[in-house]
Amino acid sequence: MSKRGLYIHVPFCVRKCPYCDFYSLSGAEELYSGYAAAVRRNLAYYDEPFDTVYFGGGTPNLITPYMAEILSEVNFSPDAEITSECNPASAGSDTLQAMRRSGINRLSVGVQSLQDNELQKLGRLHNSSDAEKLILSAEKAGFDSISADIMLGIPGQTATSLTDTLKRLSLLPVQHISAYMLTLEPATPYGKNPPVDMADDEQMADLYALCQEICRELGFIQYEISNFAQKGFECRHNLKYWRDEEYLGIGPAAHSFYQGKRFAVPKDLRGFIAAPRQTTEITDDSPGDYDEQVMMGLRLAEGISEELYMPLLPGLKLLPPEYYLLENGRLRLTAAGFPVYNYIVSLLLAHTN
Amino acid sequence: MADTSYLDKIRNFCIIAHIDHGKSTLADRILEQTQTVALRDMEEQLLDNMDIERERGITIKARAVRLKYHADDGEDYIFNLIDTPGHVDFNYEVSRSLVACEGAILIVDASQGIEAQTLANTYLAVENDLEVVPVINKIDLPSAHPEQVKEEIENVIGIPAEGAPEISAKMGINIHAVMECIVHSIPAPKGDTEAPLQALIFDSYYDSYKGVITYVRIKEGSVKPGDRIRMMATGAEFTVVETGFMGATELVPCSGLKAGEVGYIAASIKSIGETKVGDTVTSADKPASEPLAGYREVNPMVFSGIYPADGAKYVDLREALEKLQLNDASLSFEPETSVALGFGFRCGFLGLLHMEIIQERIEREYNLDIITTAPSVVYKIELTDGTVKMIDNPTNYPDPSEIAQAYEPMVNAHVYAPSEYVGNIMELCQNRRGVFRDMKYIDEARVDLHYELPLNEIVYDFFDALKSRTRGYASYDYEMMGFVPSKLVKLDILLNGDIIDALSFIVHADKAYERARKMAEKLKEHIPRQLFEIPIQAAVGGKIIARETIKALRKDVLAKCYGGDITRKKKLLEKQKEGKKRMRAFGTVEVPQEAFMAVLKLDDE
Repeated sequence: MSKRGLYIHVPFCVRKCPYCDFYSLSGAEELYSGYAAAVRRNLAYYDEPFDTVYFGGGTPNLITPYMAEILSEVNFSPDAEITSECNPASAGSDTLQAMRRSGINRLSVGVQSLQDNELQKLGRLHNSSDAEKLILSAEKAGFDSISADIMLGIPGQTATSLTDTLKRLSLLPVQHISAYMLTLEPATPYGKNPPVDMADDEQMADLYALCQEICRELGFIQYEISNFAQKGFECRHNLKYWRDEEYLGIGPAAHSFYQGKRFAVPKDLRGFIAAPRQTTEITDDSPGDYDEQVMMGLRLAEGISEELYMPLLPGLKLLPPEYYLLENGRLRLTAAGFPVYNYIVSLLLAHTN
Repeated sequence: MADTSYLDKIRNFCIIAHIDHGKSTLADRILEQTQTVALRDMEEQLLDNMDIERERGITIKARAVRLKYHADDGEDYIFNLIDTPGHVDFNYEVSRSLVACEGAILIVDASQGIEAQTLANTYLAVENDLEVVPVINKIDLPSAHPEQVKEEIENVIGIPAEGAPEISAKMGINIHAVMECIVHSIPAPKGDTEAPLQALIFDSYYDSYKGVITYVRIKEGSVKPGDRIRMMATGAEFTVVETGFMGATELVPCSGLKAGEVGYIAASIKSIGETKVGDTVTSADKPASEPLAGYREVNPMVFSGIYPADGAKYVDLREALEKLQLNDASLSFEPETSVALGFGFRCGFLGLLHMEIIQERIEREYNLDIITTAPSVVYKIELTDGTVKMIDNPTNYPDPSEIAQAYEPMVNAHVYAPSEYVGNIMELCQNRRGVFRDMKYIDEARVDLHYELPLNEIVYDFFDALKSRTRGYASYDYEMMGFVPSKLVKLDILLNGDIIDALSFIVHADKAYERARKMAEKLKEHIPRQLFEIPIQAAVGGKIIARETIKALRKDVLAKCYGGDITRKKKLLEKQKEGKKRMRAFGTVEVPQEAFMAVLKLDDE
């Protein structure tokens, strides 16, 4: 069995963004040290070697001073990919240098857009030049693997503005782009009170297709529904999710697929800090089953093996040919298939033999 | 002559009423009063033991139960109570129950007065020579006017109602008066225990251990375990394994059943065909010379195809239909095939509610996913070669060039409603090609509107439309009056250029355009977007008369950051997958089952 990944959820933000439903608290600085101690306490139970580590959030750069001691508890392999998410509003060059020194070797920057009006719409605390500066500083601090998150379907976003954002990103030392669609989550301010100029499915589909096209032109290969990378810069940690491999999650709201079980830590920071060991709840009673392998595998451009796709053949007959490719013993979705992935996967799984 | 004094202490009766006037609630109260059910086991609508009945708050199946009542005269009486359905679709169940009884308690709602089913059910009871005992229910309601309702009963139905108990079954008021009424007003049964056995089967169901259990009313003679019995209609013979009566929650075996009693017989009957509701059970050794008068055969009014969503479940579907038919003789079915849906069954129902209930029971009690095609009534077609065909499936509708004359079934319908809604009702009946006959005032405020209506205009959604136009105050009842010449056409629906036979429809020529347009709109609404554009067309004889287009799906993906929470994504996709399983592929077009039902309900004003 290959080595597992380690995910550490950092539930702190300077301010909550109105569209985000990840578990995170704002203005809770006094809890940082307690949180870091609890993470270390939990990590002490595991001495296995991890080959990817991912600090997600929240805003992980807020706990930069504790990262070195947290990582000192992790038995990661020498070639491990160690990523941290990073917010341009709260990370300067000092922070970036400290992160690099603590062992982080990959950054995922929450750029979202390089248009100031769009950033305002999203309620972000940074502007486009903050984001550009951060990426340049990161390169100076020694990061040679940098990813930028951008968002599709921002109110006011147009084909022109998206093209501009992507082209400017490609001029920066960025090797990886994640493009997410703005999604209304019921429990968020956006979900309760959607922006009037929210992109509809047609507009979203157009923006997505444009993003695929420009990324391809700029040399970023789409390797997953939302992810584009220069060759060799795919996110190894996230690949574990899609390849249905195991990972351990530490921190409130963190999810795990560990020793054959899927479980999550309750969304309770204080409880996490107080407990000698984090509590977990089973989330799935059929982890790693056939449907899951198909669902996850088809998100990737590499697709799924012949062994996995054989039962899907009856459903494939119902699909127009431009949405998938069957070659070299693998089934994969085409660029046209990705934006209707849910439809295709549920159709295929509904017609298995 | 044997001692028949036990008969004096038996009362066989049913409860009849319009839907929602409180039959099942009164049955509950009677059960409590006689302490047939321990209070701790008591629950609402105790006799309605199907989930669907409880959820919808209606009675579908008649239920029999035996009770013991200690009357004011100091004597103990055996009550055999049969709770009956109130909806027009289930009149048939009511008439079966009546044959087992000497009397009927007629419940009338003190605030609503006489409704369509009050009359229909009373007439059924009177036809069967039952003593009808009126009871005024819901006197606790502020809008109750019991005196006026009593007058209505006397004037409209023509039975004395002055002494009718005024009760509230819900609040338990005056139930005792009902009990005493049963003792004094309902005649004791008659019969001779020495005569050859004649037992009328009024219901049956299948028990996986005991085989078919038949519910019988013993008219003459007696029967006990070990006896050889014969079904007079089928000639099949069996040895009785068990006799007994119906407790409130379970069957209670007894040593034998005698003339005048109501109970059950189990005789290891395995085959459905051998017991027929309405048949007479007699002794094989000493048979009766003639069977009892059975029931009027019910004719199904509405037909539709039922298909398993998963073709491999065809045999399971057949078994489910066979079992349902065992205790619902009004359900008929025979195999049919559809180009679009494969192998299934053409089923006949009493009405649309009946159809919905059967559909739901197949899905719930037998755990089968099914697809139901557009329902049709029976049409009579005279062909140019002089032969006559009865058509209950649009697929079999002959080519127009071969049709000399088409006929459609008509009904006599009575609508009861407050007079302020007369305008709305007339407009509705007019729209449904109704022919006005007359209008009578039941009292100052309420009318009885009499229309002749084509059956195909009322079976689908007439009652819903009527209720929405009268704020729920109207009730209606109808009876078949025969076939009349009509101008009919077959309407075909094409999805992506292919005719979907399961959606074909027979419709009056004047209504073809409107229905075609509405069908196309409804289908557009209910068929989700797919990976390509889907034209929906409606055609009569090859000519397209309506068209809609479902645009291609462009985005259906969760492209979002999610930090390893795969479970949530998986649940979403599993849900979508289940949705897709409920779809049926026509060529490459996926149609959800709901679309088939939705096209029936076209009347949305």
